[in-house]
Amino acid sequence: MDAIILQILNGLDKGGAYALIALGLTLAFGTLGVVNFAHGALFMLGAFCAVVFNKLLTLEIVRVDPTKTTPWGSPLEVKTPYVQAMLGDWGKVFIDYSVPVSIVMAIPVMLLIGIVIERGLIRFFYKRPHADQILVTFGLAIVLQEIVKHFFGANPIAQSAPQIFSGSLQMTEAIVYPYWRIIYLAFSLAVIAAVFAFLQLTTFGMVVRAGMQDRETVGLLGINIERRFTIVFGLAAVVAGVAGVMYTPIVPPDYHMGMDFLVLSFVVVVVGGMGSLPGAVLAGFLLGILQSFASMNEVKALVPGIDQIIIYLVAVVILLVRPRGLLGRKGVMES
Amino acid sequence: MANDKLIINRRTALKTGLAGAAALATPTFFIRNAWADDFCNMPKGKEVTFGFNIPQSGAYADEGMDELKAYQLAVKHLNGEGDGGMLKTMKPLALKGNGVLGKKVAYVSGDTQTKADQARATAKRMIEKDGAIMITGGSSSAEAVAVQSLCQDVGVIFMAGLTHSNDTTGKDKRAYGFRHFFNAYMSGVALGPVLAEAYGKDRVAYHLTADYTWGWTQEESMKDATEKQGWKTVKAVRTPLGAADFSQYITPVLNSGADVLILNHYGKDMINSLTQAVQFGLRDKMANGKKFEIVVPLFSELMAQGAGDAIKGIYGTANWDWKLEDAATSAFTKSFGAAYGTPPSQAAQTCYVQALLYADACERAGSFNPTAVIKALEGFEFDGMGNGKTLYRAADHQCFKDVLVVQGKDKPKDKFDLLEVRKIVPASQVTYDPSIFGGELGSKDAKKCG
Amino acid sequence: MKHTSKLADIALLIGFAIVVALGPVIFTPIGAGYPDLLQKFAIYGIFAIGFNILFGLTGYLSFGHAAFLGVGSYAAVWSFKLLSMDLLPAVIASVLLAGLLALAIGFISLRRSGIYFSILTLAFAQMCYNMAYSVLTPITNGETGLRVLRNDPRHLDAAFGYVSPMPSLLGLQITGWTGFYICGAVLVAAFGLSIAIFRSPFGMTLRAIKSNQNRMGYTGYSSRPYLLSAFVISGMFAGLAGSLLAATDPLAGAERMQWTASGEVVLMTILGGAGTLLGPVLGTGLIKYFENIFSAYNEQQLTAMFAFLPDGVREAVVKTTGLFVGEGWQLTLGLLFMAVVIFLPGGIMEGINRLLGLKHTPKVKSLGDSPQRDGLGEMVIEEMPPSHGAAEADKKVAEQKNAEKKRAVAP
Repeated sequence: MDAIILQILNGLDKGGAYALIALGLTLAFGTLGVVNFAHGALFMLGAFCAVVFNKLLTLEIVRVDPTKTTPWGSPLEVKTPYVQAMLGDWGKVFIDYSVPVSIVMAIPVMLLIGIVIERGLIRFFYKRPHADQILVTFGLAIVLQEIVKHFFGANPIAQSAPQIFSGSLQMTEAIVYPYWRIIYLAFSLAVIAAVFAFLQLTTFGMVVRAGMQDRETVGLLGINIERRFTIVFGLAAVVAGVAGVMYTPIVPPDYHMGMDFLVLSFVVVVVGGMGSLPGAVLAGFLLGILQSFASMNEVKALVPGIDQIIIYLVAVVILLVRPRGLLGRKGVMES
Repeated sequence: MANDKLIINRRTALKTGLAGAAALATPTFFIRNAWADDFCNMPKGKEVTFGFNIPQSGAYADEGMDELKAYQLAVKHLNGEGDGGMLKTMKPLALKGNGVLGKKVAYVSGDTQTKADQARATAKRMIEKDGAIMITGGSSSAEAVAVQSLCQDVGVIFMAGLTHSNDTTGKDKRAYGFRHFFNAYMSGVALGPVLAEAYGKDRVAYHLTADYTWGWTQEESMKDATEKQGWKTVKAVRTPLGAADFSQYITPVLNSGADVLILNHYGKDMINSLTQAVQFGLRDKMANGKKFEIVVPLFSELMAQGAGDAIKGIYGTANWDWKLEDAATSAFTKSFGAAYGTPPSQAAQTCYVQALLYADACERAGSFNPTAVIKALEGFEFDGMGNGKTLYRAADHQCFKDVLVVQGKDKPKDKFDLLEVRKIVPASQVTYDPSIFGGELGSKDAKKCG
Repeated sequence: MKHTSKLADIALLIGFAIVVALGPVIFTPIGAGYPDLLQKFAIYGIFAIGFNILFGLTGYLSFGHAAFLGVGSYAAVWSFKLLSMDLLPAVIASVLLAGLLALAIGFISLRRSGIYFSILTLAFAQMCYNMAYSVLTPITNGETGLRVLRNDPRHLDAAFGYVSPMPSLLGLQITGWTGFYICGAVLVAAFGLSIAIFRSPFGMTLRAIKSNQNRMGYTGYSSRPYLLSAFVISGMFAGLAGSLLAATDPLAGAERMQWTASGEVVLMTILGGAGTLLGPVLGTGLIKYFENIFSAYNEQQLTAMFAFLPDGVREAVVKTTGLFVGEGWQLTLGLLFMAVVIFLPGGIMEGINRLLGLKHTPKVKSLGDSPQRDGLGEMVIEEMPPSHGAAEADKKVAEQKNAEKKRAVAP
């Protein structure tokens, strides 16, 4: 029983991550009709916002001491962290909390990146077929990735959660779960709720939803739907970005992490139904939980290797039973 | 000789691409037939070309970068530039610091993308197009095994880089392949007693193993070695390669009755699974009345960097470490540090040494003929390369030398000071009978390129 | 409807064959004139040509074609291990097995269209890859890859007392330049076959499906059998490429089936120009060239190349170029993708057509969206296939229906 509860927790946690990535992808698709293969790269950029923020905080004054050398023979560098020097103990606390605090930096940065990508590139591709969009955004993803690799190397860069969250919560005798993963789950639910609230409760959201249904009519009403869609794309980038920021203590980020998530996030979106936001969330959690259960030793003993293919198997079954995914609308992405 | 010279000129012209017209007029295969007389890529000019086959993209790009730096340094030292590095400490030494057999060393490089297919493609390019006399490099066993069998087929010597699987010099060994790096079996034998000493003989282990060939051999070696010390194995679970989140595999460990977790993962898998296992509080946990421990049999400095704080106190094994105190290590560390500003990784050391060993063997053999070079390397005993007295065993082309047992440092001074050498296990203890892994070397005859 | 003459097609094929035959001479000045890379050009060219029959003609974007290539490779290596070192049994085994797998996957995946089809094929291919890497290791030898060993049984060879250390074709070893010419011959044959399919009534029907599947349905055409045939044919091309890959380099690894490999063939096809005859081959050449030659430049070579520059300038130039070649080759590739999609939606073929100023080239609005174009930009289909084409394709359909259809199809 404990094992099952733990796997449900694992599944929810994974599901939270999948849902967040899929949500952003679906937002971009539902509003702009763009299949964005660079979405994984946005997730990666978000994670690197945390890295950069941490680097800025731990920026050091480097002075080269020519009289001494390091054990490996190059001149010794004497380093003093800026923040610590300026803020004293407060600086230490600041560095400790660098991951959650970096969200403050990630939001404007990702919004800006999203808007620049949309205005500078993607808007020229609205009327082009999906194959074009895939290719151009794939090219963009490679370029972003290589730029990050150039500056940060290929090796993962460890980021740690704040000291007090690094332990685990003892729920019962046998059920222990890391604080940070519980926070991640809560965080993803909060972001999902915020996105839905934004679309459901604000006028801006209402117009966007109307635009998703029927862009032309909304345009005829004299509403500049394009500009709103641009902002929505920025929002999608922000969602991917903050998901990446918060994920860094769980998986140390490297330049390639976006590609690793790309296929998975597309499977989630399609299983949920292209263009359906609730579908993306539902599919994210469903696939997360199924994947966790398939990895249990008891299940693997029954079907060897099932944990390797479960996601794809579920995708195939769902697409055959429900042609447009779980909650997809008719006529989206079909010829 | 006059004839030779003409051909060289033509070839150099082709290589620099200056004589497009000449190239058009003369299909390369005519030239190739002319100069491939004795054995594959026999060097005839004033230069001899080494092929450095390393990953420059993908998960191991940073390891690859370090390997390339080490190779470039080796080329410099071989040609008598720079401070000479290990050429000053290697014993016995036949090299004179004027290249190899009087020919200047040049090199070509290529990106293997850490894929066996691409590694073979780049190796073929070096052999077919660039005329490489020897191929070296790689950062995974799949690559090493694949390139090694290619080199056997075409008749070019392969000096393996980072490859830890028993198979490379076990069931997949080849006459043309040589490995300086240690293997999973040696890791197990070296680590077993240290673990028993540190954690006691009454332990229950749970293995998480990457679900592919290397993971399996590693798991087997660790099981053997720990069970010999009286440990029990409660379960061994296979995990898919590249699963970023391992939580679903870690939670069953919590209540499994095990008190040690052995992670047979490498690279990104190892970084992620270790980080997450520590996050799940495994290291603060008590099980069976003992403190729960995590063991990672093989990790590199770069992986230790990637895992951050999680690596502290973790036991593992290493081929070499720059903090060793012998003259060779400090000479190499100094010249690497002076050139690139960082200390070398164990990947860099093994690659540097392999390049030197090959060059030295040619010098001793007095020829680039692979048959003679193989003979010179087989059974070669040397010292002063950072690993103490080392033997290139003739039976399987595996180096036997001391193995280091390392532990993640609690208070690292900087990001290069992550590991502490806990014990140096002498070569005699990790030497095994070559027949236990089977395989055969095959023909040592020189060939004319494929 | 204008139609390119048979003569033009034959000229195209002969021209193509001549270029392939002169490959070693043509590619040497750009540093690609060595057997292995030219073999790869030819083999992946076959793969892309096959993929183009599905994607270029029908518009169905499969993201799982690498699975067929991988299965073809495994089948070929097993044939080298169990039957004979000769290429023919290996090719037969590969093509058959890849065809069967394509039939099974296509049968299921073609129930959906658009991105749902893409994801289904992707899911199947990823399943194949994951299984091959782990659970199926007894068959695939997992990470290390399946290799030909000296002591394999090879029952056919044993029966005939034939011994060959390397895969061969009727005694001719498939290595080096011989290997290239064998692959090249197969490439020319595959190219010819692709021309034939493009011009056949079957090909017309496929294009019609692409331009308007609903309308096809209204006219009584059941498009699924045509699509499935196209899918199986392209799967068989992939299997053929897989067997040649295994023959030139007798090792089959699972990574050949990964989604990135499937993505690569999509990129090759689109980059060259989907739906054109020559495009996929050009795209293949470009990507493989980047992967093998661009990635090989290192500091030493760059410094030698720019040796004519003065000291300070040279270092700066070497450093800047170093960002784009060597380990930075993927950056250049990414930029190239973007540039081609943005400025040349029809792929390289559109660029060539524009340069040559060929007439009848409709301005292409997008990649892969060009049923009207072919290799020389000559063909413009404004209507459904004419009745003679439909009649040919309809032999399987009941005669009564057939007659009705002809009336419906006629303009």
